[in-house]
Amino acid sequence: MGFYETVQRLGQQTDTERWRQYTKEDVKRTLRKEHLDERDLQILLSPAAADCLEEMARCARRLTRSHFGHVMQLFTPMYLADFCINHCTYCSFSSIYDFPRKKLSPEEVRQEAKAIAATGIRHILILTGESRKESPVSYVKECVNILREFFSSVSIEVNPLSEDEYKELKAAGVDGLTLYQEVYHEETYRKLHIKGPKKIYRNRLDAPERGCQAGFRTVNIGALLGMNDWRQEAFFTAMHARYLQDKYPECEIGVSAPRFRPFLGEYNPEHIVTDRALVQIILAYRLFLPRAGITLSTREPSALRDRLIHLGVTKMSAGVSTEVGGHTLQGGTPQFEISDGRSVQEISGMLRANSLQPVFKDWDILETV
Amino acid sequence: MSDPLIIGGRSLTSRLFIGTGKYSRNTLIPEVVEASGSQVITVALRRVDPGSNDNIISHIPSSMTLLPNTSGARTAEEAVRIARLANASGMGNWVKIEVINDQKYLLPDNAETIRATEILASEGFVVLPYMSPDLSAALRMKEAGAAAVMPLGSPIGTNRGLRTRELLRILIAEVDLPVIVDAGIGRPSEAAEAMELGAAAVLLNTAIATAHNPLLMASAFRDAVAAGRKAYLAGLGPVEETASASSPLTGFLG
Repeated sequence: MGFYETVQRLGQQTDTERWRQYTKEDVKRTLRKEHLDERDLQILLSPAAADCLEEMARCARRLTRSHFGHVMQLFTPMYLADFCINHCTYCSFSSIYDFPRKKLSPEEVRQEAKAIAATGIRHILILTGESRKESPVSYVKECVNILREFFSSVSIEVNPLSEDEYKELKAAGVDGLTLYQEVYHEETYRKLHIKGPKKIYRNRLDAPERGCQAGFRTVNIGALLGMNDWRQEAFFTAMHARYLQDKYPECEIGVSAPRFRPFLGEYNPEHIVTDRALVQIILAYRLFLPRAGITLSTREPSALRDRLIHLGVTKMSAGVSTEVGGHTLQGGTPQFEISDGRSVQEISGMLRANSLQPVFKDWDILETV
Repeated sequence: MSDPLIIGGRSLTSRLFIGTGKYSRNTLIPEVVEASGSQVITVALRRVDPGSNDNIISHIPSSMTLLPNTSGARTAEEAVRIARLANASGMGNWVKIEVINDQKYLLPDNAETIRATEILASEGFVVLPYMSPDLSAALRMKEAGAAAVMPLGSPIGTNRGLRTRELLRILIAEVDLPVIVDAGIGRPSEAAEAMELGAAAVLLNTAIATAHNPLLMASAFRDAVAAGRKAYLAGLGPVEETASASSPLTGFLG
């Protein structure tokens, strides 16, 4: 049985209107509990909890500092290729847009890696669009072989693969998988994913589990906030993380809370996720999943990121470009617009000023030792 | 009074082992070393970056005995690879084996730890395995060549104290190796308690690194460990359930 069965079971209970029944007293009781269950998660995401953010923040900060210390892991995403056969209504790389597509040659990967590594970054997250023709597993592997010279941890954010393909990439030195479901609500998912293999909801939903089975050290999941009722999406994300933690205790499960950002097309999210809502989501994740890594991307503006670092976040991207070859080449098309364009050095300085140590290296690739 | 702790042929006067993680800045490390009086410091190889100008190792005074740990290892094989990497990068031949298969509670996997101990001890490493306090596992680690055993007081980072007290007591009584209580100690009084029980040393990180004033806390732990050790050597008086009369009931027998 996979998480899909859980989604179906929970689907009937996630009428978030019903969460209005929860009171501030319920929130306070939940905050005093040691182990939080499904109902507690609903309580933390309920309207009543929105009035208890300060209490939740205090608990979240205490848990984060005790489990992770005064540190923040930094990483940089690197876009390898933007060829894509999918049509997703919210993404610039969608197949319907006509712009010069690009994939990095081995030499360009090396130059890009060199430029990113020169900023001190040791953890890299590589991304591609979905194209078995232009960016197949063999291409990703070839890139990983180059990147291993420059980085101590290589994670992937590519289209869902089979367990065997994940194993192949793990053997090549990839240690982490990031894969966002985008939308957990199945009907909305179908509406937003119009053409291409990404239409298959369940193939994407089960991919993080295949990553766990393949033996990745870290698996990071999330919902793209703004496409559906955020309470529901955050609830499913956290339950998905809990499901994976329970079933694959050896794997470090992480969560992200990416908010929708402007892109090349016209799509506008139907559900506004305010800063207060984002904070509530991050706090609920931390309290429900005390040991999970929480990633904060440059989708969020710098002023807000500087505040969120105290509320449960453990990983941040820095020195980001969402274009293929964005650190060394000119004229790419960004996948989406970022809001925090600060360099690695600037982010590090901000962290230090907040008494947090930026951590660049927290793993060694062991595959060939 | 001379009361050295001998491990791996090294004679240590301090029985407080410290860590390097969770600090707000690496430059705190030498200050904490000084304040704690510690001589052994553990460092996660995964955090060591020789290419960085803020490499954690460069902040550790050279007088310290380095205890690289295998944090991140999920199997014996991974722990062995990490230990060899640490050795190859000049971090000496001491290793704290940490094999953790459970990311929720971070509890160690004793079976894998025993296997890693066997391999690394046979390669000449001074092996200090981090473990769940289980007597048969500890005896197997001894047989496998461990130089000490490091049972947990509570799960890592929880500051909950000696929740495993009864099991620690049994290990201290039955295992003919130094027993170093590692993880879970949140207060100096709990470090003193471990030492009073007869632990050979304690290893802690979170309690110092996340204290409001890490240096003052390091020095508090230094005193607590020394006091607990002295109390153990002095021989604690028995604890009675009831008051004992100063005029004994059978005193008339003479």
